[in-house]
Amino acid sequence: MLEIKNLHANAGDTPIIKGIDLNIGAGEVHAIMGPNGSGKSTLSNVLAGRPGYSVTRGEVLYAGQNLLDMPTEIRAREGVFLAFQYPVEIPGVGNSYFLKTSVNAVRTHRGEDELDAMDFLSICEEKMKLVEMPSDLMSRSINEGFSGGEKKRNEILQMLLLEPKLCILDETDSGLDIDALRVVAEGVNAMRSPDRAMLVITHYQRLLDYIVPDRVHVLSGGQIVRSGGKELAGELEAKGYGWIGNPE
Amino acid sequence: MSAQNPELERLANEEYKYGFVSDIESDQIAPGLSEEVVRLISAKKEEPAWLLDFRLKALARFQEMLEEKHEPGWAKVDYPEINYQDIIYYSAPKPSVEVESLDEVDPELLRTYEKLGISLDEQKRLSGVKVAVDAVFDSVSVATTYRAELEKQGIIFCSFSEAVKNHPDLIKKYLGSVVPYSDNFFACLNSAVFSDGSFAYIPKGVRCPMELSTYFRINSAGTGQFERTLLVADEGASVSYLEGCTAPMRDENQLHAAVVELVALDDASIKYSTVQNWYPGDKNGVGGIYNFVTKRGACRGKRSKISWTQVETGSAITWKYPSCILQGDDSVGEFYSVAMTNNYQQADTGTKMIHIGKNTKSTIISKGISAGRGQQTYRGLVKIGRKAEGARNYSQCDSLLLGSECGAHTFPYLDVENPSATVEHEATTSKIGEDQIFYCLQRGLSEEDAISIIVNGFCKEVLRELPMEFAVEAQNLLSLSLEGSVG
Repeated sequence: MLEIKNLHANAGDTPIIKGIDLNIGAGEVHAIMGPNGSGKSTLSNVLAGRPGYSVTRGEVLYAGQNLLDMPTEIRAREGVFLAFQYPVEIPGVGNSYFLKTSVNAVRTHRGEDELDAMDFLSICEEKMKLVEMPSDLMSRSINEGFSGGEKKRNEILQMLLLEPKLCILDETDSGLDIDALRVVAEGVNAMRSPDRAMLVITHYQRLLDYIVPDRVHVLSGGQIVRSGGKELAGELEAKGYGWIGNPE
Repeated sequence: MSAQNPELERLANEEYKYGFVSDIESDQIAPGLSEEVVRLISAKKEEPAWLLDFRLKALARFQEMLEEKHEPGWAKVDYPEINYQDIIYYSAPKPSVEVESLDEVDPELLRTYEKLGISLDEQKRLSGVKVAVDAVFDSVSVATTYRAELEKQGIIFCSFSEAVKNHPDLIKKYLGSVVPYSDNFFACLNSAVFSDGSFAYIPKGVRCPMELSTYFRINSAGTGQFERTLLVADEGASVSYLEGCTAPMRDENQLHAAVVELVALDDASIKYSTVQNWYPGDKNGVGGIYNFVTKRGACRGKRSKISWTQVETGSAITWKYPSCILQGDDSVGEFYSVAMTNNYQQADTGTKMIHIGKNTKSTIISKGISAGRGQQTYRGLVKIGRKAEGARNYSQCDSLLLGSECGAHTFPYLDVENPSATVEHEATTSKIGEDQIFYCLQRGLSEEDAISIIVNGFCKEVLRELPMEFAVEAQNLLSLSLEGSVG
């Protein structure tokens, strides 16, 4: 599904990612852990195509295609989804309207018919139950005045609605209490399927108690310094990031 | 313009949709301003002596002002000196005979309005929504629809010229009663040379059953458009009125100096909406309309209400301050504005809320959007008079910048003479967020859709004040003229 080969990337002019190789197959869930400043968020931004990040070397294949050649919105329509660490607020734009526009942009790209308001609403209601999302959040402006937990639920709701093939979760657990964390994780787990790949980026091991990964990679200084099974996360939690050392 | 956004560049360069010129013969007078010209206009319209007198007094005052260089220089707009002798002050499509039915109107003229999306044929109007339209082409009104239906309820809706002929008492009573001929430089010019416009009178206790609307179109080259609109809502009456405006693309600047007067008596309410889309000039700032307009409403009666809503996307320069004089106790004034400047457009707009009566209340919501090298100024006055016990005002002015070469400025003036008044002012300026755009792109929206929804969201509080059937039009218009540079 996703093949990252010798990726080097800058945030602005600063080199952050210094040679990452990573393969995520369909149906797999990989976790990337690492201390602050190790390049975790840069990796997710580069994959999603955020302006201000540039790839200086290497390549990324997504379902066999050159991901880095695709404009940001095409990546999204092709099924790359980024659940944001800090979802932005867009005042005056109804959440429900935005979600419908988004779903229809993706459907049109896939050659499917656009959903009308009624169909969208019924699908939406079903998914909202899954993330325990109060219905009044749909009629409010995107993320405006949402609590941290509500914002993250809104991200997962969008993911459920868009049915992406590659889900990137950027520190989705940050700022969540244990109940919200459980709800969010249930939403993510409902998305696990043999034809979908997931990349879960987190600082802490606790999210991985709920979303159990197939592989865990430790990022430090812009490189993957260690990879292992799910037990690696527990080990890190016990010993701290100092234990894996710094490649530089 | 950011090279990162080729789609935006394409959109920003999209041509003005209404820039065509209609091939219609017109009856024009020679350029220039003089007593002779004013007399000629008045004669062409077969006006009574008192109206000619009003014009001549205005002309005399205007000539004084011109000599004394009273052309307003305080606005934050910049334009080369206008030679008032170069302007053609009267232009009318030929033949300028009174038409009894649409069959007699030049088909080219009807086609022009069809192209603008306005059908003057009552039978042909789609959907169940009825909107009575007065169409003003260059200097004269060419057709007014649904007149018979309105007359059944005693509502008068016709061109200004007809009103002078058929309802002289009403015109004499109210013309210049809100905006005196000597009010300001451009109002004075208008009072001397105005050619036509719309008039509406809603009698006591009548709620106007449909939207009234005037559609202004400048067609001829070298002409100025000077129309006058007068709306009177008698006791307990209510009306919602909308005006729209477009003009062909021309390299020279054309002057539009209109005057709008509104009068609301006891318990009356007037909602006045404008979708202004005069030709803004090209992307290098060549051509476009100078939109120098005086709009004022008088809430004369107790508990009366006047609400201005404007969506200003066109014109090279906009200079207008739709205002409310809150004379009646418990009267209410509202001003909702979206002004958008792209390329080299300049706008200096806002409102004046003059609180005179007790417990008068006003609300100002202004949203300015600047893109390209557009310059945008909000200028507003809230004046609370000595006797305005318990007056209240709330003002909110938000500016949104797209790109780094545009500007937004806010000049709120407060003048409070009564200590019991409550005046609140809030202002924000923000740049359209790259992170907001990225968020939308990451959800599969195109860049143009992303900017369009962000901007429409920014303007939502104003757009929702527009009559339903025009809100969609306004949103489309914003999307079309808004997409400028980001980054």
